[in-house]
Amino acid sequence: MIKLKDVSKSFNKQLILKNLNLEVKKGESLVIIGRSGCGKSVSLKHMIGLVRPDAGSVLVDGTDISTLKSEELDRMRLKFGMLFQGAALFDSLTVLENVGFQLFEYADMAFVQIKRRVSECLGMVGLQGIENMKPAALSGGMKKRVGLARAIIMSPEIILFDEPTTGVDPVTGDVINKLIRHLHNTLKTTSITVTHDMKSAYQIADRIAMLYDKQIIGIGTPDEIKNSKNPIVKQFINGDAEGPITQGNGSRF
Amino acid sequence: MRIKRLIKIFVQKTLISAKTWLEDCFKYIGGLFILLAQTVVGIFSARPRKRQVLEQMNKIGVASFPIVFLISFFTGIVLALQSAYQLTQMSAEMYIASLVALSITRELAPVLTALIVAGRCGAAITAELGTMKVTEQIEALETLSANPVEYLVTPRFIAMIIMVPLLTVYADFFGIAGGYLIGISKLHITHSMYMKMTWDPLSVKDVMTGLIKSVSFAAIICIISCYEGINSQGGAEGVGRSTTSSVVRSFILIIIADCFFTGLFYFVAH
Repeated sequence: MIKLKDVSKSFNKQLILKNLNLEVKKGESLVIIGRSGCGKSVSLKHMIGLVRPDAGSVLVDGTDISTLKSEELDRMRLKFGMLFQGAALFDSLTVLENVGFQLFEYADMAFVQIKRRVSECLGMVGLQGIENMKPAALSGGMKKRVGLARAIIMSPEIILFDEPTTGVDPVTGDVINKLIRHLHNTLKTTSITVTHDMKSAYQIADRIAMLYDKQIIGIGTPDEIKNSKNPIVKQFINGDAEGPITQGNGSRF
Repeated sequence: MRIKRLIKIFVQKTLISAKTWLEDCFKYIGGLFILLAQTVVGIFSARPRKRQVLEQMNKIGVASFPIVFLISFFTGIVLALQSAYQLTQMSAEMYIASLVALSITRELAPVLTALIVAGRCGAAITAELGTMKVTEQIEALETLSANPVEYLVTPRFIAMIIMVPLLTVYADFFGIAGGYLIGISKLHITHSMYMKMTWDPLSVKDVMTGLIKSVSFAAIICIISCYEGINSQGGAEGVGRSTTSSVVRSFILIIIADCFFTGLFYFVAH
């Protein structure tokens, strides 16, 4: 469904991804793990065309989206929903306008129908009666859930989650993980999640891919990753301060 | 030998810095023109967003009325008083009315209004769009298949192009009123004489040149403030930097554009 082929990307002459290859199968829930700043979010943004690769291609259902014109890309993006790290709700709009944004913009629907659909999506993420509130009045966890409702409003085929549990308390984090898994199962979507929270990764994933040193160094089911012999993967999933990741770079303490 | 080498290094470094500065300058100006082109295309191709345009017209125009009133009214007073110093010595007080009317309509009202709007609204636009950029709201717009230029810049551009000339007309009126107040109360010019000396030299062309200037200033303020906002990076500090840069660059370009248009109108008229 989504294929990153030999993708390389640099920002300000700093190489972030180098010949990265990754395939996401239709209907699966893939979690990309890795240290902060290793390029996980950049690879996720490649999949939706927010970032274009310097080299290589990004195929979505066989179409290379890195070469699409902006109008074609906009049409392609209707297949996607995305939850951002900080939810990225529009401050000036109410929850109703945020969640129903695409319906107000593109759907030929009456206001009452849009309101009903928004309430339905908010209900799916466990929120009710907050349609007229502004994002500033919501807690971090509520914002993430509203962001999730906005991501699923158009019933997308693919949902991207950028650090869904970052910045929320462990209980809310667990609620969000369960919600993501529940939505994945009920909506039958393809999900790609970027996180460094291993508890979250084990809960959400069908497969886990580890990004390290600009490339994918290991991919497999949660059990395969847990039992991986790769010392880098082992150090990361165990959260050890000592090991090949921190060796010689002075970041032990 | 050593001094020669030092001079060579100094010249090389200066040339490299000049080259980088020029490249950045061309890149910036190019970026502004591209954004302007995308915005103008957006006016005709994108669906009209009446609500956003009206909202922006309120923020840019209606909310700026009090400050524009204060500044233009007091400028009219100051202009009348300053010119009275010289003109009363020549017993030519009645020309104060013409001087105030012409300098306000042709020059001061458009420039002062533009500087007020750049400081008040341009900074607010950059801060708002900059915050949207660093909190990924602009990327979120793209993922929702919305074009950020059509959604964010075009409504502000339309509102700015409509409201800045309107504010300029308003500043024209109150600037002349300020001069009138001084002329009548302190300089003992009669009402009918002041009105005659205001309207006689004033032509539609004078007001129109001021309005043409104000339309170009509106475009400058909007494009610079939006460009700075959507290119903000580096968190809160970056937004602050962009906001300062937006106001400073708008001020500079407004003054340059004013000089250009004044020169153009002068040479066209002669």
